[in-house]
Amino acid sequence: MSIKVRIPTPLQKLTANAAEVEIEGKTVQELIENLEKKFPGIKERITDEQGKPRRFVNIYVNEEDIRFLHLDKTPLKDGDEVSIIPAIAGG
Amino acid sequence: MTQERNRSELTSYDIERYSRQMLIDGWGERGQRKLKNAEVFISGAGGLGSPVAIYLAVAGVGKIRICDFDVPDLSNLNRQILHHDVRIGVNKALSAKKTLEILNPAISIREIPEKIVAGNVDDLVGASQIIVDCMDNFETRLILNKCAIRKKIPLVYASIWGISGYLSFIRVPETPCLACIFPEPPPREKFPVVGAAPGVIGCLEALEVLKYITGVGVNLKNKLLVWDGAAMDFRKISIRPNKECSVCGALRVK
Repeated sequence: MSIKVRIPTPLQKLTANAAEVEIEGKTVQELIENLEKKFPGIKERITDEQGKPRRFVNIYVNEEDIRFLHLDKTPLKDGDEVSIIPAIAGG
Repeated sequence: MTQERNRSELTSYDIERYSRQMLIDGWGERGQRKLKNAEVFISGAGGLGSPVAIYLAVAGVGKIRICDFDVPDLSNLNRQILHHDVRIGVNKALSAKKTLEILNPAISIREIPEKIVAGNVDDLVGASQIIVDCMDNFETRLILNKCAIRKKIPLVYASIWGISGYLSFIRVPETPCLACIFPEPPPREKFPVVGAAPGVIGCLEALEVLKYITGVGVNLKNKLLVWDGAAMDFRKISIRPNKECSVCGALRVK
């Protein structure tokens, strides 16, 4: 089961500049664990010490924010697209 | 001549100066008159504030308030095109005013050399009808967000990082507020940036302001534009109000 994950620009140095990667995972939480296995260091940029998504990081499954689904327990299915959208501050 | 500043008419100078934009569908003299009588608050005269202020000034926005407490340094000049080497050490709002007055002597620029904080933001924004977020930190953005909600005026939100950026047109209760989208600021950092990136996003902010004032086109409501300049990908993501939002949740019907 493969999920397409869109990596935001600030995290692309952890994915060898890839803007999109394919990762397995039955839930968002599992997907993040698998992301970390493949790209060490990425998890702490997305989740806090308790493993919950940081409040300045939005995660979308297809067109919906997981805050309006089941947070990191949101189930994933083959062909889903996950976008990680962190707040950026530059101006 | 009467001092009817709220209803300034276009002069023959204006009609010639702005003739090309008045050709845009729905713009005309009516739209241009609205711009002439408009007042806009630009928060920050940096990477985003430069293209925003320049394009709003040359489009004929009658009153521009530009606010920045800082002074340009050499490392700002790759992107902050309101300023140049001679202005290093001059307050950015004042430097902005000097540049904008050259670009368009027919409008009024008020420079505000202050740091925006919760306690002064309402006064600084004054009677402006829209706030353009050109900040370089998220804490101040959240202060502007609250001010826009209190004053019931729109906030054009944007931020950039490297060669990427975000944009949204925020107007509560029609749209989520900034805190619905990002409830907390990200950690502070020295962000990478090349001038063309705030150039792209700043021009889009300026367009959102011009569209709002003239009534031309449709503003970017309930969508977050996510621009990835490396892939040259522009995507619009649906955003919605968070009924639990600590800033605007109470204003919304549950």
